Amino acid sequence: MKRFAALFTRLDQTTRTTAKVEALADYFGEAPEDDRLWTVALLSGRRPKRAVNATILREWAAESAKIPLWLFEESYPIVGDLAETIALVLPPNRQESDHSLTHWITEIRRLPTLEEPGRKALVRDAWDRLDATERFLFNKLLTGGFRVGVSAKLMTRALSKATGIDEPDLALRLMGDWTPDSTTYRRLVLEPDPDEDLSRPYPFFLAYQLEDAPEDLGPVTDWLAEHKWDGIRGQLVLRGGQHHVWSRGEELMTDRFPELAAARDFVPEGSVIDGEILAWEGDAPLPFARLQKRIGRKTVPKKLLTEAPVILKAYDLLEWQGEDIRERPLADRRALLETLVAGLPADAPIRLSPRIDVPDWTAMAATREGSREIGAEGLMLKRMSSAYQVGRKKGDWWKWKVDPLSIDAVMIYAQQGHGRRANLFTDFTFAVWDGDQLVPFTKAYSGLTDAEFRRITAWVRKNTLERYGPVRAVKPHHVFEIHFEGIQESPRHKSGVALRFPRMSRWREDKPVGEANTLEDLKEMLAAYG
Amino acid sequence: MAVLTFTPQGIYCPAGDFHVDPWRPVDRALITHGHSDHARPGHARYLATEAAAPVIRHRLGEITLDTIRYGETRTIGGAKVSFHPAGHVPGSAQIRIEVDGEVWVVSGDYKTEPDGLSEPFEPVRCHAFITECTFGLPVFTWAPQATTEDEINRWWASTIADGRTPVLAAYALGKAQRILAGLDTSIGPILTHGAVENVNEVLRGQGLALPDTIRVTPEVNPKDHPGALVLSTPSGLGTPWLRRFGTVSTAFASGWMRLRGVRRRRAADRGFVMSDHADWDGLNAAIRETGAERVFVTHGYTSVFRRWLEEQGYDAAVVETEFEGESLDRAEEEEA
Repeated sequence: MKRFAALFTRLDQTTRTTAKVEALADYFGEAPEDDRLWTVALLSGRRPKRAVNATILREWAAESAKIPLWLFEESYPIVGDLAETIALVLPPNRQESDHSLTHWITEIRRLPTLEEPGRKALVRDAWDRLDATERFLFNKLLTGGFRVGVSAKLMTRALSKATGIDEPDLALRLMGDWTPDSTTYRRLVLEPDPDEDLSRPYPFFLAYQLEDAPEDLGPVTDWLAEHKWDGIRGQLVLRGGQHHVWSRGEELMTDRFPELAAARDFVPEGSVIDGEILAWEGDAPLPFARLQKRIGRKTVPKKLLTEAPVILKAYDLLEWQGEDIRERPLADRRALLETLVAGLPADAPIRLSPRIDVPDWTAMAATREGSREIGAEGLMLKRMSSAYQVGRKKGDWWKWKVDPLSIDAVMIYAQQGHGRRANLFTDFTFAVWDGDQLVPFTKAYSGLTDAEFRRITAWVRKNTLERYGPVRAVKPHHVFEIHFEGIQESPRHKSGVALRFPRMSRWREDKPVGEANTLEDLKEMLAAYG
Repeated sequence: MAVLTFTPQGIYCPAGDFHVDPWRPVDRALITHGHSDHARPGHARYLATEAAAPVIRHRLGEITLDTIRYGETRTIGGAKVSFHPAGHVPGSAQIRIEVDGEVWVVSGDYKTEPDGLSEPFEPVRCHAFITECTFGLPVFTWAPQATTEDEINRWWASTIADGRTPVLAAYALGKAQRILAGLDTSIGPILTHGAVENVNEVLRGQGLALPDTIRVTPEVNPKDHPGALVLSTPSGLGTPWLRRFGTVSTAFASGWMRLRGVRRRRAADRGFVMSDHADWDGLNAAIRETGAERVFVTHGYTSVFRRWLEEQGYDAAVVETEFEGESLDRAEEEEA
């Protein structure tokens, strides 16, 4: 654990990407292979499950620190992180430990097999053997929320540096359904067997938002344009008589979308299709909220299957007849995909994402403007000659979203953030006018700079009207421009609407509260775009 | 009548007709130390320790300031007052006030660990103790000063080895000098921000031993001072002033650096946990040693700390003040 703690300290003490990559590469060069494997797993989101419930962990921590539980509870929101709060209140460790990261993870995974007194003894013994940083990491693993500001991409770059294996190749090796139990560092990273994991998806190719004029991209005929659908980006993998569905977040979602199992009857073996999972009815997508109901469920009740049936809107073909075709030009991949989908029956759960064929960029821009009306977020522009690359890259693929919807709203409640944003008021509730009443309609917590958050925090402290637990009602004084991507009817909200991706785009210090928008304005938007 | 009352002007002693660290102009002000939230302009008469007086004069200019030695007793009206070391910054004091045999102590800001520069904290027996609790939560505990000094010196050396200039930010009065005194000058020279150097000059003038420093002026070229550490104020970070030092590694020294969230939010490369306020254990020890039955808590985590003290058997109350301590807001706003 000492080596892992030293790695964490190095990562935590810098904001520079190069320094982080260097620290990780050093670690991958010298740590035991089991620890390397676990580190790859942790940094690619393969965390051990929460082993002890947080309530009981707090009790043990307060007891070890010899403080009352209420005092621990008061300290927690100030620190903003449970694992850290525990590490900070505990007395200094009295013993040492040279055990590895893998050893401690093994201990943590043993916890569910023990009775409560055994669990407590194990955890308290660990606290007594680990120093402050080790203890913090141990607690992070224990509470199942291991995030340390290192992306999977950065980790892959470091691993590439340490092993000499190409980054895209490594990214592919690290995809899929493996866990540290199912493989070894050697098998996963150094000597992979391509047939071992039939479920394995390809690393997703992601686009940046187009900032420049589309005319700068060259002739419109060099580009494949299609709508940007608002669902869940996913890959459908068909190999060895099985099908697997992966989300962009590398989550296996096969069981959540049983409709897609029908693909096995029509789509040939050795195919991988990239597309968007959408709730779909007739010729149009259903609101995202309908799809959302299905996301949270591991299995789907019949009622939901009929209320929100899904399809895969196919964008791209990555594997064909068992061959990785990502390096072939998009024009070729698309032709294969079109042939494949053309052969499917009309009720198959796979539909082609249609190409938008227009003569010039002006017509393209007009099509983009109409996106919201057909339930899309805008356009995707993909260079006809482009390969399917790894991760977010500029140049060949662009998303060209429609401008967000916008409304000016009054801040009425504020709440402190967590982690990096603990002690700052960052989570706000906004309201619009209904006559002389302010009706809350959305929350938002992003879009301001740190300096603006600090300023609004100081203001909130001085202008609190009432406290409800962690939430403070504040004087209705500040107007913010709220941007959002969509609006839906929602009986669960007082205002009757729910927004998609609300965020603060601007602090309108120039605007008096009386000039904020009204509920009527929101309802008009609902009528137009809901 | 109570020895002290709490008025809109600040802490007031009716028997002596004076205020302690008042935040609105008054006739007579007893000042614990020179930080701007305690020593404010506009009072008719000031009283402070001899050791605190030069900085107060430097900051407030032409004022009517009388001085007193630590431990010396003076009678003001019906009150006997004396000043005792608070260990917060050089010259800082707790103020003992006795009226008809009842003793109250106003702690001002304090820390219990000797820092080698400030007159070490001395517990004063009293009936009622008015204490700060800037860091009145059990998550705030400080490592021994030597450990932190070691970390700073190692960071200095490794930053230089990386080819970058270390820039360390700390409050100009107190923290900056405390850091100076702990720097290992065999590593390199020390450059100082003007606001830090102004205080250095005042403190050197009253006999405090500080290592040699070089004030950063437009004429000073950092390239002429290879291996230097730059000691800045918090407001110096993130300003064009920093550009002259080329590629820098920034650090911030504060008790708030104990929290990872605050450390990361500041976006300084390093955070050193060093405070001129008592930590959790320090606050509890200090209160215990006063023998006080009544405790008034001022700035910091007051409501939590009051409840804790109640459970420990004290008669505790929260007093709203305008003191800021090592304020998180202020520390952060200065950067903006």
